[in-house]
Amino acid sequence: MRYLPLTQSDREAMLGVIGAASIDDLFVDVPEAARLDGPIHDLPMHASEMAVERHMSALARKNLTAGEVPFFLGCGAYRHHVPASVDHLIQRGEFLTAYTPYQPEIAQGTLQMLFEFQTQVARLLGTDVANASMYDGSTACWEAIGMARRITKRGKAILSSGLHPHYVSVAKTMAKYTGDVLETASPTLTADTDLESLIGAIDKDTSCVVVQYPDILGRIADLKPLADACHANKALLIAVVTEPVALGAIKSPGEMDADIVVGEGQSLGVGLQFGGPYVGLFGCKEKYVRQMPGRLCGETLDADGRRGFVLTLSTREQHIRREKATSNICTNSGLCALAFSIHMTLLGEKGLRTLASVNHHGAVAAAERLARVPGVELVTTAFFNEFTLKLPVEARPVVRMLADRGILAGVSLGRLYPGEQGLANGLVVAVTETTSAEDVETLAAALEEILA
Amino acid sequence: MSINASGWRPEAPVAGGKASPTVTGNKGLMLEEALIFEIGDCETTGVDFTGVGAPAQAGAQGSGDDAGNSGFLLSQENKLAGLFRDAAIGLPGLSEPEAVRHYTRLSRQNYGIDLGFFPLGSCTMKHNPRLNEKMARLPGFADIHPLQPVDTVQGALGVINELAVWLIKLTGMYGIAMSPKAGAHGELCGILCIKAALEARGEGHRKVVLVPESAHGTNPATAAFAGFTVEDIPATAEGRVDTAALKARLGPDVAAVMITNPNTCGLFERDMKAISDAVHGVGAYVYCDGANFNAIVGRVRPGDLGIDAMHINLHKTFSTPHGGGGPGSGPVVLSEALAPFGPLPFTARYADGHIALIEEETAGDEHPHTFGRMTAFHGQMGMFTRALTYILSHGADGLRQVAEDAVLNANYILRSLEQTLEAPFGSSGPCMHEALFSDEGLADGFSTIDVAKGLIDEGFHPMTMYFPLVVHGAMLIEPTETESKAALDQFIAALRSVAERAKAGDISLKSAPHFAPRSRLDETLAARKPVLVWKEPGLAQAAE
Repeated sequence: MRYLPLTQSDREAMLGVIGAASIDDLFVDVPEAARLDGPIHDLPMHASEMAVERHMSALARKNLTAGEVPFFLGCGAYRHHVPASVDHLIQRGEFLTAYTPYQPEIAQGTLQMLFEFQTQVARLLGTDVANASMYDGSTACWEAIGMARRITKRGKAILSSGLHPHYVSVAKTMAKYTGDVLETASPTLTADTDLESLIGAIDKDTSCVVVQYPDILGRIADLKPLADACHANKALLIAVVTEPVALGAIKSPGEMDADIVVGEGQSLGVGLQFGGPYVGLFGCKEKYVRQMPGRLCGETLDADGRRGFVLTLSTREQHIRREKATSNICTNSGLCALAFSIHMTLLGEKGLRTLASVNHHGAVAAAERLARVPGVELVTTAFFNEFTLKLPVEARPVVRMLADRGILAGVSLGRLYPGEQGLANGLVVAVTETTSAEDVETLAAALEEILA
Repeated sequence: MSINASGWRPEAPVAGGKASPTVTGNKGLMLEEALIFEIGDCETTGVDFTGVGAPAQAGAQGSGDDAGNSGFLLSQENKLAGLFRDAAIGLPGLSEPEAVRHYTRLSRQNYGIDLGFFPLGSCTMKHNPRLNEKMARLPGFADIHPLQPVDTVQGALGVINELAVWLIKLTGMYGIAMSPKAGAHGELCGILCIKAALEARGEGHRKVVLVPESAHGTNPATAAFAGFTVEDIPATAEGRVDTAALKARLGPDVAAVMITNPNTCGLFERDMKAISDAVHGVGAYVYCDGANFNAIVGRVRPGDLGIDAMHINLHKTFSTPHGGGGPGSGPVVLSEALAPFGPLPFTARYADGHIALIEEETAGDEHPHTFGRMTAFHGQMGMFTRALTYILSHGADGLRQVAEDAVLNANYILRSLEQTLEAPFGSSGPCMHEALFSDEGLADGFSTIDVAKGLIDEGFHPMTMYFPLVVHGAMLIEPTETESKAALDQFIAALRSVAERAKAGDISLKSAPHFAPRSRLDETLAARKPVLVWKEPGLAQAAE
């Protein structure tokens, strides 16, 4: 076995030191009935690198790879170009094979990177502070709802109909156990978001309003009136950003006075990866920092007066507080946070703004072209890089037909909201810097054929 | 005779000279590195966009080389509803060479498994095979979207399904939930299954979860989140769950017990099956924290011990990289009693080979009792490909050898050091995958942290400190199976030396580490005046 350094003579010598006759002697505490006498049956034995590679490659080939076809999917996961140096750097063994920086003297690389990440995230989201990352956007979202409950001591959260349905599902699951009451609704195929009705729904029992920006249909709207309405009722505004590149073009939720801003950081550095691992972003106003979940990295000094970094405010966390912790979260998404941070550093503000601009103009051009397909209507009027089309027929079978032609056309709302007839004709289309004009033309032409 | 006009002449090196401080703060290969906010600026970028985007658009925007970037500023004709972000964001950029150097220099201030022995107890810091990384990066896995039509991702669903089958067979369980994002998320999944099962039986009134004192902090935090009351179960003098105390506490108000096996003292819970039977006898469930599965994989199937739910940290037993603190992955294996309540989504393979993804849409028919969804999309796919690669590489025989070598290495450390350090449970039988020592016998004023920092100077990552809580000044050492005997011998010699110095009261240990990039950091200062984001020096002072 190529991964096991002990030789047979090592093993024998070591058993001698231990004073055991055989390896079985070390497993004497296992009840006899539960001891396995050999390898588990009907499972294959060990294999060479080549054999494993062949097996895995065969599985990989059964998938239709996004980069090989015209590709328009978004809805919480976006295909962006990741510079080659990002993947090189995150594979340095000192990053890849380190663990949580429990010994800060020999983990300053991870800690300084997390401090930089926290600052980048806070500035991008427009919040005072940010943590060292969460599992992903959906779990960051329900952690934010729990945090709002702790701060306001109220249990009713109002979820915008524009919030990603998976995020809503996760929140609903958790609310069953925490006792939070969630008000939810399905979106409607209109140009306007549901901000007006959200404002009307806030009352003195409301802990928070959760609004996605841009929302699941790609729509954007000014959150400031909503923030004001929340604050007038001593409720918090939680904004959810699933496409962080958007914040290179549009005002951050923090600038519009959101109290907690969470997001999915996958767009930068991480890649699609069939949904995970991703990286949850979590920022908030400074006054709420002690109610935050997750790890925080802070600046300090070492015994010789040199600047250094440590994990801090850990009295919020489970390994100290146990059942009184702000969350049971232990791991963050360190390596994905590193990928995000490196990509952001390579872009810088200038690069991020350019990237956002390319995305937006590409999307505007694509929306105009696709809206010219007979029978297709552009629903969204204000958007960043993702917009919703209303087809004359149900979108889901159309998406399947297009996939058969080698076009991944977008996300049908029928997939996300099965059984909701009013949404069945909706198709959410995302356009990034990886989308070419030819891709758009290919999709438009295929749609024209199928809908004819 | 050659002419050397440079004036350079080879001379013998001089030993023992005293170094002057350097102006840079660097010390040879030990390089200081400033923050990106100090070395970058918002006008610099390491990404070019020339020729990116729709050609018509590129042509319309300025000209000349620089247009590749600055020409793409947002035009007036946008669809941003007046929300253009006009204020500066404050994100510094670096060119690619600067960025590569910045992160490479940072990386060198980190210790990792690739550099040396990393015996962090309970964390299973084993070698991370690079084939795993290569396989996870195949475009067919790395570059597919979670919402693509299911027919276009049959290979990805195949990976999930194949890994699921392996994990079920290795644990002897009935079903599995693949989506939990990490160990603690998996714990939550298991506890929510238990809660749902109790509610389905009309026994939602059971409110108590029993947790041994030695448990990971995530256990009580998880149970509390799910609305349970946590009660501690004491340990015996030999370091195992006090079975009599546990049985005495069992009753109609108990929902579950959460037990780590092998436990955090590094011991196998001999009475596990009897405990499970007693727990089932009062209608409660057994949750097993599977963090330490590495000790028994291929030797023991938790299903044979009466476990109802157990999470598996793919980043421990199955070698997916720890990455400086995640991402993890925590699939949960389930007994027949709990499987109907597992979360969405999951895969189902049909006789014709087609693999379906069971989500909210089809759950009503296929999985009506699910407690719901725990995360967007389908779980940590990138970790699944790595773990499956690892499992296929080892096979059923290699995995069994993993457990044997891991346990052998830990016992070798325990027996080699028990004359030097106090092993509180040294006479409780063989340890499993980790060896536990206490700080008893160290000189007054010396504690585990001083031993740990001394080990840093010897070139090792320290063991887990002060955990489990049931042992004073705990030192929990988990060598894993991927260490050679030579590596263990060197570590044993180093720890012996450091422990003897701590017993003798060697004051130099109190200021260790001396040879790390930083000396001991002031954690109190960090918590008292938290500085969590970088601010311009002037602003930072103004805020004080």
